[in-house]
Amino acid sequence: MTIIHARFLLDYGDFKLDVDLHLPGSGITVLFGHSGSGKTTLLRCIAGLQQAPRGFLEINGHIWQDSERGLFLPTYKRPLGYVFQEANLFPHLTVRANLHYGLKRIKQNHGAVKLEQAVELLGIGHLMARMPGHLSGGERQRVAIARALALNPEILLMDEPLASLDFKRKQEILPFLSRLHQQLDIPVLYVTHSQQEVAQLADTLVIMAEGQVLASGPLSETQSRLDVPLAQDREAATVWQAAVAEHEADYHLSRVAFAGGSLSIPAVDASVGTPLRIQIYARDVSIVLETPTATSILNVLPATITGIADGREGQAVVQVRVGTQALLAHITRKSALLLGLQIGMAVYVQIKGTSILN
Amino acid sequence: MLSPADFDALFLTFKVAGIATLLMLLLGTPLAWWLARTRSGWKGIINTVVALPLVLPPTVLGFYLLVLMGPAGAIGKITIWLGLGTLPFTFPGLVVASVLYSMPFVVQPLQAAFTSIGEQPLEAAATLRAGPLDTFFSVVMPLAKPGFLTAAILGFAHTVGEFGVVLMVGGNIPDKTRVVSVQIYNHVEALEYHEAHWLAGGLLLFSFSVLMLLYTALKTHPVANPLK
Repeated sequence: MTIIHARFLLDYGDFKLDVDLHLPGSGITVLFGHSGSGKTTLLRCIAGLQQAPRGFLEINGHIWQDSERGLFLPTYKRPLGYVFQEANLFPHLTVRANLHYGLKRIKQNHGAVKLEQAVELLGIGHLMARMPGHLSGGERQRVAIARALALNPEILLMDEPLASLDFKRKQEILPFLSRLHQQLDIPVLYVTHSQQEVAQLADTLVIMAEGQVLASGPLSETQSRLDVPLAQDREAATVWQAAVAEHEADYHLSRVAFAGGSLSIPAVDASVGTPLRIQIYARDVSIVLETPTATSILNVLPATITGIADGREGQAVVQVRVGTQALLAHITRKSALLLGLQIGMAVYVQIKGTSILN
Repeated sequence: MLSPADFDALFLTFKVAGIATLLMLLLGTPLAWWLARTRSGWKGIINTVVALPLVLPPTVLGFYLLVLMGPAGAIGKITIWLGLGTLPFTFPGLVVASVLYSMPFVVQPLQAAFTSIGEQPLEAAATLRAGPLDTFFSVVMPLAKPGFLTAAILGFAHTVGEFGVVLMVGGNIPDKTRVVSVQIYNHVEALEYHEAHWLAGGLLLFSFSVLMLLYTALKTHPVANPLK
């Protein structure tokens, strides 16, 4: 269901933003693109921190901007939460006072419960009396996320919240974001240029370039689109949402079920039913025409070819559908030719490796 | 030692400086905030006008104020029409002149402090439901505290030290406009060097302590944003 409708037109001469987006009202929507693609500008327009001269923005049935009617709700009147690239805590206030700053200014009183939940979720209870200057980068960013969540916002906007952190700090915060994802029901718009964060967090993916939307839709659908550069990338991958179905302890394997089939993966320490995000790199997928009778590869799944495109350096990018899931395969152009691959053909995909993201 | 006339002059000086500093903070804060934030073409000219007393001989400023506030001047006509009489050679006139004369010492530190705060804390406050005025009092003022401290101390100390403007606009009327700097001048004119020493030395000590306080206090209140 579409709950967010954002249309902005902005022209700074050397930079233009021209988007018209319908986004779902739940889950994490990642705005992905290189720097200068306009993803942060789009987020700032949604927050009202920047005003597109021509724009229309509707969130949950409320109009936040309609330039044709001269309507523009200032940021402080928008029920949103915003996490900046640099935590942007108030340096003159303790962590506790930072967390309460917004809370004091909203009318609803069930905010306190949300704050407790956010503090617990982000594990910052022990930092309450500290000043922001005495926190690590990762701690500061966790406080900033809790500060935004405490407002119980209708939408959470996050502008590259991990970009200013080193690898170790990123790994410290990503699990919190995943948990946030599972435990909170507010829609999140998340800006990043990191494919890792896309794979780990996105439900919906919006790919941006030069101020325009190249593609948008459910994660695996958008990742596997042949008309966006992501599919050609050496690191191209598809992420499937699956759930643990059974454990094969003897073989140190687990089976996970996804819409339309199941996969064997190295044993995971999670109970049956636990949702998992499985990432399959396009380079780990090969295509055979008949079901192989003798192969060491466990995951051989029936699939239908839905698209073929030229990849980089003699490669072909093949888009297939397994059950209802989209999947990308990088094979050589020569193999594609020898096998006579065509759209609509029924084939088998062999998946050499998978990685579990949560 | 100090004579009763010296004490009167001292008391008057601190009264003028105190009232002028309060007025300068009240008027200078919105002015400095506007100057720090605006992209208007007026910024350059307003900045220049505010800074003018820094380079202008005080007698020039005093002369124009005297003419403007006199019975034939624009300000004089208004004050007469309001039934206030004319301002030259009165205590209020002295305060008005002091405010104009010392204004750059208040506006410039405030403007610098506001500019150094940057856009980020203001944006954070806006996303946390704070309106512009709320943001000013809850975020800008605390973060600009060193700037306010500097502005108040410099504005006060500079007013205490003025002479030329005071003499032109206020004259030399005991209890009404005769401030310390004028009193020292009187002593010297009368060859009362001993008395002049006491007052001059006192003022020197005052200025030294004030500046010392300023520099040591600011060391513990760095303006820098630790997040930058």
